[in-house]
Amino acid sequence: MEQAKDNNKDKDPKKRTDNKFVRKLTEEKYKYGFTTDVHTEVIPVGLNEEVVRLISAKKGEPEWLLDFRLKAYNYWLGLEMPNWAHLQIPEINYQAISYYADPTKKKEGPKSLDEIDPEVMKTFDKLGIPLEERLALSGGMAVDAVMDSVSVKTTFKEKLLEKGIIFCSISEAVREYPDLVKQYLGSVVSYRDNYFAALNSAVFSDGSFVYIPKGVRCPMELSTYFRINAANTGQFERTLIVADDDSYVSYLEGCTAPMRDENQLHAAIVEIVVMERAEVKYSTVQNWYPGDAEGRGGVYNFVTKRGHCRGANSKLSWTQVETGSAITWKYPSCILSGDNSQGEFYSVAVTNNYQQADTGTKMIHLGRNTKSTIISKGISAGKSQNSYRGLVKVGERADGARNYSQCDSLLLGSHCGAHTFPYMDIKNETAVVEHEATTSKISEDQLFYCNQRGIKTEDAIGLIVNGYAKEVINKLPMEFAVEAQKLLSVSLEGSVG
Amino acid sequence: MQSKEQYLNLYREYRSLIGRHSAPVMNVLRDEAHDELLRMGFPTRQDEEYKYTDVEAIFAPDYGINLGRLDIPVNPYDVFKCDVPNMSTSLYFIVNDRFYLKALPKVALPEGVLLGSLKEIAEQYPDFVSKYYGQLVDTRSNAITALNTMFAQDGLLLYVPKGVVVEKPIQLVNILRADVNFMVNRRVLIILEDMAQARLLMCDHAMDEVDFLANQVIEVFVGAGASFELYELEETTPRTCRLSNLYIHQQADSNVLVNGVTLMGGTTRNTTRVTLAGRGAHINLCGMAIADSHQHVDNHTFIDHAVSDCTSHELYKYVLDDEATGAFAGKVLVREGAQHTDSQQTNRNLCLTRQARMYTQPQLEIYADDVKCSHGATVGQLNEDALFYMQQRGISHAEARQLLMRAFVGEVIDEVGLEALRDRLHHLVEKRFRGELGKCGDCSVCK
Repeated sequence: MEQAKDNNKDKDPKKRTDNKFVRKLTEEKYKYGFTTDVHTEVIPVGLNEEVVRLISAKKGEPEWLLDFRLKAYNYWLGLEMPNWAHLQIPEINYQAISYYADPTKKKEGPKSLDEIDPEVMKTFDKLGIPLEERLALSGGMAVDAVMDSVSVKTTFKEKLLEKGIIFCSISEAVREYPDLVKQYLGSVVSYRDNYFAALNSAVFSDGSFVYIPKGVRCPMELSTYFRINAANTGQFERTLIVADDDSYVSYLEGCTAPMRDENQLHAAIVEIVVMERAEVKYSTVQNWYPGDAEGRGGVYNFVTKRGHCRGANSKLSWTQVETGSAITWKYPSCILSGDNSQGEFYSVAVTNNYQQADTGTKMIHLGRNTKSTIISKGISAGKSQNSYRGLVKVGERADGARNYSQCDSLLLGSHCGAHTFPYMDIKNETAVVEHEATTSKISEDQLFYCNQRGIKTEDAIGLIVNGYAKEVINKLPMEFAVEAQKLLSVSLEGSVG
Repeated sequence: MQSKEQYLNLYREYRSLIGRHSAPVMNVLRDEAHDELLRMGFPTRQDEEYKYTDVEAIFAPDYGINLGRLDIPVNPYDVFKCDVPNMSTSLYFIVNDRFYLKALPKVALPEGVLLGSLKEIAEQYPDFVSKYYGQLVDTRSNAITALNTMFAQDGLLLYVPKGVVVEKPIQLVNILRADVNFMVNRRVLIILEDMAQARLLMCDHAMDEVDFLANQVIEVFVGAGASFELYELEETTPRTCRLSNLYIHQQADSNVLVNGVTLMGGTTRNTTRVTLAGRGAHINLCGMAIADSHQHVDNHTFIDHAVSDCTSHELYKYVLDDEATGAFAGKVLVREGAQHTDSQQTNRNLCLTRQARMYTQPQLEIYADDVKCSHGATVGQLNEDALFYMQQRGISHAEARQLLMRAFVGEVIDEVGLEALRDRLHHLVEKRFRGELGKCGDCSVCK
């Protein structure tokens, strides 16, 4: 009932002007929505074998990779778009999208790697991504900046190489380290995995490649920033991370896109291989353009992310803060085949207005004494739909497997939906698997308590939401955590009070 | 050839025979059910709802069906001795799918209460029965129910008029009896008007060592303020397959308890769909399964909170031994506007051997914000510490395991409202864990 009253309050014009704070924030809601005016070479729209060959040729790829792409393309042709998710996906015309856009291509003259179009530089400056190493915070982080289909620049590449760490765009890795790429590409997510994995495998453009050699602890955070700029294009990046024995790396991923009225497609693959005693932390702050308040535009985010803990005692941790995208279809997963390996999944997914999210994880226990933890926090507001979908599978040989899952949903408003679809397939009697889920709204008591102490309703809701998500946000590296917290309050702007 | 063809052909060939031995009210729905089954076919394991139970394979064998309603010589009192002691019930029998008229209890039911053969009551009061029969089922999306609607010729009808309280629990014993592999399509229709009260205990028994396929559809209408308790106890054979579809529709402030216990069987698939259509309605769904050898138990529940202020409580527990498989899927839907919903679901499972399999899917779909919903699911083993503690105190390992397992399922039995039945279930469960259930031939233990 309180909610209804609040809505009425909002309709009252007098009250509305009082709420300047909310208005200000609502207006600057998606501050990454600008476009960059840069000459971009875009290949004609449509998808066929020629396009796949063209992308491969543009990147100067070896024969084996072209074969891989073509196999994936032919497999994709025989597939149908999956419809099992709790999502209303409008029909996507795959022939109306351009599959390759290169903003680094100069109009004339030869291309030099050192020379980046100042417009592109400015774009990343504006996004707060330091591409000049001297400007980066001391100790800072190494960034691979990807705009549309091409990696613009990778910082600290040389410094990292001194330790044997390879951090570069995947296109460069194909040229420079073909054996490594050939060994691991598609080894965790096969092109036959699912519809979008097949599509990505056929047309993937850029993304990052990370290799941490044996016994090396990566001294700085590695990060990739994805930016969609060109219109009518899709982004199909591919990331491959290999952490060899006893190594450690923390990897961050960020993404934004301009505000456009049409929907843009983003179908990525992330593959992670974790060897003996190695540890990988993968953090995402996903902030693709979510569409406007009426549900126009926004990015369709169909992503396959999977890590394989191959070695004993390895550990993989996924942390994600999902606030953007019109539609999210994403299940970062762990295959725990090494004995004593550990998988973690921490997620905050926020949906507002007409956003839809179907996200969660898969923990596949194959090795002995494997452990996994799932903490998922969903927040839905406006008219959005937010689903958690997860699988915990314990194989026959996974003695002593242990899983704990907790998925909580918070509903702000009476027109949104929060759903949980956990699956547990247990094939070993020594497994201990626990799942808990709760759904609730912000309690009147909590709000009243804050109000009483002079905290305004909007601020109180912000506080409570942040507290609710804290368990997950705490898992993020510091710089990201601050950003994520801000993002949470901005994403929910206009949904309450 | 798909499994459905043999049934569709059988129906087309014997349509008039089926109709002759049933009531017109039931015949009206047959053709449509036939068309729906033809269109859908049986679900396969590709279907999300039937991922763990291969329905196509269940229907593939050639079963005998008693469409001509031939008398099967049996005296239920002779074959069935395992009454619940100390519980005074009004006892009725259904042999296969046929209401057994030769052995009716002497005690009369309260005035106005109708209990008897669905076919006969439907012939007597066609207008009344047609208001309810087939109204809750989803023949358009459920092929198993469609098949039942196509073939069902008889079963049970229970009607309790407004404000009438049936004090004495009603016990219905379903006996499966045949000399050849046999299929039964049983239909039960239960109508409780406003403020009525009744309790029904249904036991399934199979008397012969043949393959039985019991396909049961139950429709339950519960009026405003009415109260209904349904206990289902399955004690059949490893060669019996039970498919049950239970549909419950509840009006305001009604109170329903369903407790389904699977003690012994081959393949069991229970689907329960509850619609809470009036404010203040409450449903308590409980279930328990003890399965060993190659038993398969699959419980699917769906609770639709269609209006505000309803509560639902769900508790399912499984103990899986040997190579048994268990599946549980519980979905709770809270529709837009169904504020102040309180829904709790718990599914706990014990896997006792390496080969035992458990699949569980608790699901929530929520479109209202002022709700309290939670679900929890666990799969695990007996607590080593507790076992050790008991052994330390001189309780043998085997005995300690028994104790813990009984305590584990005890929670579900405690939800049983009838005291005598509760005691009896505790006793049966104990016997089941000791592997002595099959020895119940002359029932010396209970008597």
